[in-house]
Amino acid sequence: MARLVVMGGGVSGHTAATFAKKWLGNEHEVVVVTPNSQWNWIPSNIWVGVGEMKKEDVVFPLAPVYEKAGIDYRQAKAVSLHPSGSEKNEKAFITIEYTGQGKEGQTEEVTYDYLINATGPKLNFGATPGLDQGYTVSVCTADHAVHANEELQKVFEKAKTQKQKILIGTGHGMCTCQGAAFEYIFNIEHEAKKAGIRDNLDIKWISNESFLGDFGMGGMHLNVGGYTASSKIFAESLYSERKLEWVIGAHVNKVEAGKAHYELLDGTAGAEEFDFAMLIPPFAGVGLKAFSKNGDDITADIFAPNGFMKVDANYNAGAYENWKASDWPRTLQNPTYQNIFAVGIAFAPPHPISKPMSSPNGTQIFPTPPRTGMPSAMMGKAVAHSIVDMIHGAPQPTHTACMSEMGAACVASAGKGFFTGTAAAMTVYPVVPDFEKYPGVGRDISMTTGEIGLAGHWIKHLLHFAFLWKAKLKPGWTLIPE
Amino acid sequence: MATKHMEHIQPYSPQAGTMIPTKFRKFLRTCVLWQFIRFIAINIKMTLLILKSHH
Ligand SMILES: Cc1cc2nc3c(=O)[nH]c(=O)nc-3n(C[C@H](O)[C@H](O)[C@H](O)COP(=O)(O)OP(=O)(O)OC[C@H]3O[C@@H](n4cnc5c(N)ncnc54)[C@H](O)[C@@H]3O)c2cc1C
Repeated sequence: MARLVVMGGGVSGHTAATFAKKWLGNEHEVVVVTPNSQWNWIPSNIWVGVGEMKKEDVVFPLAPVYEKAGIDYRQAKAVSLHPSGSEKNEKAFITIEYTGQGKEGQTEEVTYDYLINATGPKLNFGATPGLDQGYTVSVCTADHAVHANEELQKVFEKAKTQKQKILIGTGHGMCTCQGAAFEYIFNIEHEAKKAGIRDNLDIKWISNESFLGDFGMGGMHLNVGGYTASSKIFAESLYSERKLEWVIGAHVNKVEAGKAHYELLDGTAGAEEFDFAMLIPPFAGVGLKAFSKNGDDITADIFAPNGFMKVDANYNAGAYENWKASDWPRTLQNPTYQNIFAVGIAFAPPHPISKPMSSPNGTQIFPTPPRTGMPSAMMGKAVAHSIVDMIHGAPQPTHTACMSEMGAACVASAGKGFFTGTAAAMTVYPVVPDFEKYPGVGRDISMTTGEIGLAGHWIKHLLHFAFLWKAKLKPGWTLIPE
Repeated sequence: MATKHMEHIQPYSPQAGTMIPTKFRKFLRTCVLWQFIRFIAINIKMTLLILKSHH
C-alpha cells in the first residue's frame, strides 16, 4: 500500500487529493494535511466583501467530504519536510502541527511515498510597513472579506452625507493577484451606484502594473472591430467609463491610518489618502523547512528564496530577453526528490510573466506571476494522474500541466445582479506568452478573447455553484471541468 | 449624438485617451436577449479552450 500526502486543501490540493483517491481506490492511502476546517471558494470572497454573499455561502466543512471520500484528513499545518527520513525514521516524512480535531498544538510525523505541496501563498502583509496594522482590509480569505464588508458599510453610511475616498489595489511593488483587486473595485463601484451614494465617493486604483490591464501576465491582445488591441485599451476604457482614477507603476512602501505612501516607476514619491482601502499583500511561500537525514537544513535545495518549491522549471533563464515558454515547468516534479511535486501557487515559477521593471532608485515594481484557479486545479489533477500512474509502476510522471501550453478562462466580476450585473469573461491561450510560436503578441489570438456583459456575470455565478458542487464531491463532480 | 455619458471626462486627462463605449454598446451589455446569445458563445469558447488545454 502506497501513501500520498497532500499538503494544503485549497483549490489545487483538494483537486489533487480527490482525484487521486478516486483513481487509487482503497488499495492506497491519500492523506490531506491542511490547517483549515473549511474549504473556501475564494473567487466569491469578492461578493462577501461587498455584502452580496455571506461567509456561509462560500465555505463548507471539509471533514464530512473527506470522510465520504475515504481521505485521511489531518487538520494541521505542515512544518517541515524530511525527504530522506531521519536517524530515527527510515521513511520520508513531514512533520505537522495540528490546528484542530482536538489536538491543537500537537506535532506528528506523517510518512509518505509521494508528496504534493499545494500550500498556496503566505499572505505577506509584513512586507509593507503598516499593511499589517489594520489600516487597510483584504479579501484574500472569507474572514478577511467579512471584515472588509463591515468596514465598507461604515464608509457607505458616511457617504450618505459626506465625500469619502476609497483606494483599491496592490499593497507592494511585487504583488500578484491584481484580478481580485480589479473585481473588488468594480463591485464597490456597482454597489455604490445601487446605494445611490456614487457621487460622494472618490474611488481610485493603485497597482504595481506598468499599464492597466497587465494583470501580471504582460497583458493580452484581443481581436475587436478589425483590430488586435492590447488589454490596456480595454482596461483604461472600463476604468474611465466607471469614473475610476488610477495610479500605476506604484510600490506602496508605507501605510498609515488613512494614508498610503508609494514610489512610482519614475522614482517620484506620492501618497494617497483614504477612508477605506483594500490593498492585496504580496505572496510568498508558506515557510516550510526541509532537513536531511542527519538533520542538516536543506531548505535552499528544495525551495527558492521566496519560499516556493523548486520544480522542473528553468531557473537560469536570466534577463527578460532570454525568457522562453519552455522555461515553465511541465510535470511539476521536484528535480532532487522525484516523489515530491508542487502545484498551484506553491511551485516556484522560473521568472515573472510581466517584464521586470525598477525605478531609478532600484526599487523593483512589477507584478509577479499569477496562478489562477483553473491552471492551479489543472496542475493538481495532472500531478494526481502522474502519481497514480507512478504508484502503478510508471517510471516517471505521465501527465503535464504547463502554463505556457495551457489556456485559462477567467471571469472577473464587475458587479453582481441577475439583470444588472456584469463581468469580463476572458479566455487566454496560452497563459504564459509563447513569442516563438505566436510572434508579436505571444498568444493565439483566436483563443484569446474578452468581453464584458451580463452573460459573464451569469457564468461567474454559475461557476460559484458548480465549483462548490464539485468540491463537495456531489454526484457528477468529475464531469465539471477544472 | 448626445455625449452626456462622457461628461466626466476632462480633455487631456488619462481618461480622455481611451475608448469610450457608445450608449448602444452599453445597452447591449445588459440586454437579456443579446446576452443570452453571448452566454452560449462564451461557453463554447471556454469549452474549446478547456479541450485544448488538457493533456
Ligand atoms: C479574492 C480572490 C479572488 C480570486 N478570484 C479568482 C477568480 O475569479 N478566478 C480564478 O481563476 N482565480 C481567482 N483567484 C485565485 C485563486 O484563488 C488561486 O489561484 C487559487 O486559490 C490557488 O490555489 P492553491 O491551491 O495554489 O492555493 P489555495 O487555494 O490558497 O490553497 C492553499 C491551501 O494550503 C493551506 N496551507 C497553508 N499553509 C499550509 C501548511 N503549512 N501546511 C498545509 N497546508 C497549508 C491553506 O490553508 C489552503 O487551504 C482569486 C484569489 C483571491 C485572493
